[in-house]
Amino acid sequence: MAGAWTEIGSVDGTAYGVYLKVANKSLVWYNDDLFAETGAVPPETWEDFVGLSEDLADVGIPPLSIAGADGWVLTDWFENVYLQTAGPEMYDKLAAHEIPWTDPSVEVALETLAEVWGQEQLMLGGGDGSLQTDFPTSVVNVYSDDPDAAMVVGADFIGGVVTASTNADVGGVAQVFPFPHVGGEGEAVVVAGDAAVAMTDGEATMELLRFLATEEAAREWAAIGGFVSPNRNLTADDYADPVLGQVAEQIVLAGDSVRFDLSDLQPAAFGATVGDGMWQTLQDFLADPSDVEGTMERLEDEAARAHGE
Amino acid sequence: MTAPRETPAWRRLFGPATLFLLPALLFLGVFLAYPALYSVVRSLFDASGSQFVGLGNYTRMFTDDRTLVAIRNTGIWVLVAPALVTGLGLVFAVLTERVRWATAFRVLLFMPMAISLFASGIIFRLVYDENPDRGVVNAAVVTVHDVFASPSEYPGARPRGDELAEDTALGGFTTTRAYTVGEAAALPLVGIRPSEMPEQAAPAAVPDAAEGTIEGVVWLDIALGGEPGTVDDGENGMPRMTIEALKDGQVAATTTSGDDGRFTLTGLDQGEYEIHLTADNFTAPFRGLTWLGPTLVTPVIISSWVWIMTGFAITFIAAGLAAIPRDALEAARVDGATEWQVFRKITIPLLGPLLLVVFVTLMINVLKIFDLVFVIAPGSVQADASVVALRMWQVSFGAGGNQGLGSALVVLLLVLVLPIMYFNIRRFRRERS
Repeated sequence: MAGAWTEIGSVDGTAYGVYLKVANKSLVWYNDDLFAETGAVPPETWEDFVGLSEDLADVGIPPLSIAGADGWVLTDWFENVYLQTAGPEMYDKLAAHEIPWTDPSVEVALETLAEVWGQEQLMLGGGDGSLQTDFPTSVVNVYSDDPDAAMVVGADFIGGVVTASTNADVGGVAQVFPFPHVGGEGEAVVVAGDAAVAMTDGEATMELLRFLATEEAAREWAAIGGFVSPNRNLTADDYADPVLGQVAEQIVLAGDSVRFDLSDLQPAAFGATVGDGMWQTLQDFLADPSDVEGTMERLEDEAARAHGE
Repeated sequence: MTAPRETPAWRRLFGPATLFLLPALLFLGVFLAYPALYSVVRSLFDASGSQFVGLGNYTRMFTDDRTLVAIRNTGIWVLVAPALVTGLGLVFAVLTERVRWATAFRVLLFMPMAISLFASGIIFRLVYDENPDRGVVNAAVVTVHDVFASPSEYPGARPRGDELAEDTALGGFTTTRAYTVGEAAALPLVGIRPSEMPEQAAPAAVPDAAEGTIEGVVWLDIALGGEPGTVDDGENGMPRMTIEALKDGQVAATTTSGDDGRFTLTGLDQGEYEIHLTADNFTAPFRGLTWLGPTLVTPVIISSWVWIMTGFAITFIAAGLAAIPRDALEAARVDGATEWQVFRKITIPLLGPLLLVVFVTLMINVLKIFDLVFVIAPGSVQADASVVALRMWQVSFGAGGNQGLGSALVVLLLVLVLPIMYFNIRRFRRERS
């Protein structure tokens, strides 16, 4: 496990928990049938991603389905772009509100986002239609029997929605590629996860935690499925599901460049409230992606208030 | 004779009457008076509850944009919803009064009351879904619309390259340069899925220039591996496109493209013309209205509340109608009053007090509306649809827990209810006397 994970499980340098089950939030899910039909290949860089989206729009397939009605979907977009354009150190500073949201790095990230959000034909239903789409619907739009869009950006748990709500199968029609690289920052992954936390330091407790963190325990669970481990000794082959193997590999490759979901690190008023804070401001930004300046100011206002400054 | 002994003051205060009242007083005090008073006190302190901020929370309440929207929306609700429901209830009650299956009708109309507001909210969120494949309202609107206006052939198509540009004056697309008569034009378009092209579309070919006409081709320039802007193998023409020749913004000739996308503009004088693809080739299909968007969401939620509450109003008003003395109505009819006059001059005045009760009850109900708004409005428009009760919950528990500001909002709700309460109490008194 990379050192970044120990840090996420620690408070003021004391380790309290072991991250053993993690979620990869830096993925783009695509409909392989539509990709095959158009000859599209998964892009690696942001330029390729935008280019591919434009090509798909040219052949009459709306490239992206975005669940703009759910603010957290938009914060995930932002976090991925920001982590890539500004790098992990700046990401930590912004998460702790050590730099303001009016920082130039935020402007770069928002302008990068606007390259996609500003082009109506790249989003199913345009910006307004996206704002009416909730998360499960956005997934169904891509994987229904008569798909309306080719890609949906989101975490590995989209696989669960695909299995539950559509006839598509994960690994077949439903495939993933890593969130495209923006600039030359290399692998970086936005994550979330479940930690095993010790409430006492009894011998048995410690032994259990130690075991859960081992390669042996992780391999056991990975073979069953529905599980992604941050353990770097596991390879894609250890996973029952090839898509999850790919997802896990991406996390391990990112090493110390994994960062916990930024909005989840904010006070709830700013990072996790319907109609407020980051959620609402990014929704407003999706409705009008030309207003980078105003968006930054509003984000800073609300962040300052929520952080009690 | 001794004068009757006066009850001592202490016995009057702590006598049996007081003892019997005590439990009730205790309950009222603990569960009603104390929380109400504490809310007022709490509203004077900051989020943590330790810092006295005076009227700070109230100032913030009336300067914060999102709270102001909530207050405005509550205002709309109070003005529109109770009156609408009372009116509809009256109409339905009177209309169903002398129908043979009156009870069946009323049971039907009352049924929504049996569903929880939350569940109704989920239903209405689906009913008003923007996608006509899911939302029944938009499905109906689109069906009706398409009866009168057929959808265009190439919605969403757009030009590739610099050959054509959007025409801001006429709509559709116009060439960026002028063509001389005798020249040939190749106009590439993209944005249509090949599988959605008209069936008769045939492979495109660039026409040869011909004397006295402008020849041209409009085609879908999207073959894999093809070169943008040139007609490649496997690229089809776009049939039935309406094409015009423009001179100084005036239409000089009109034609329609053939199956292979070729067109010929004839009857032109010598000179230069721009080629215009008319807007009706590209009209996006009508997809209905964004019911749950920022502008319509409040009326939509009010309409669902009306659907739910009308049954309530009907039941009360129908009961009131049954109690109206028949002879008054009969007398009026014998005297030659029309049904409308009977309704206006006899029924409504006799029902007056009851209508008022229904109206006031609904008003109180509307002031605390919460769940419908919470469920129906998509996350992105919840701030636009917000009402005071929802904002209060969000501020105090949903977001960061500022119960100071939350309490201020509660006090505002209380202040809004007070006049209604006062009115109610006065009416009760009058009825008793």
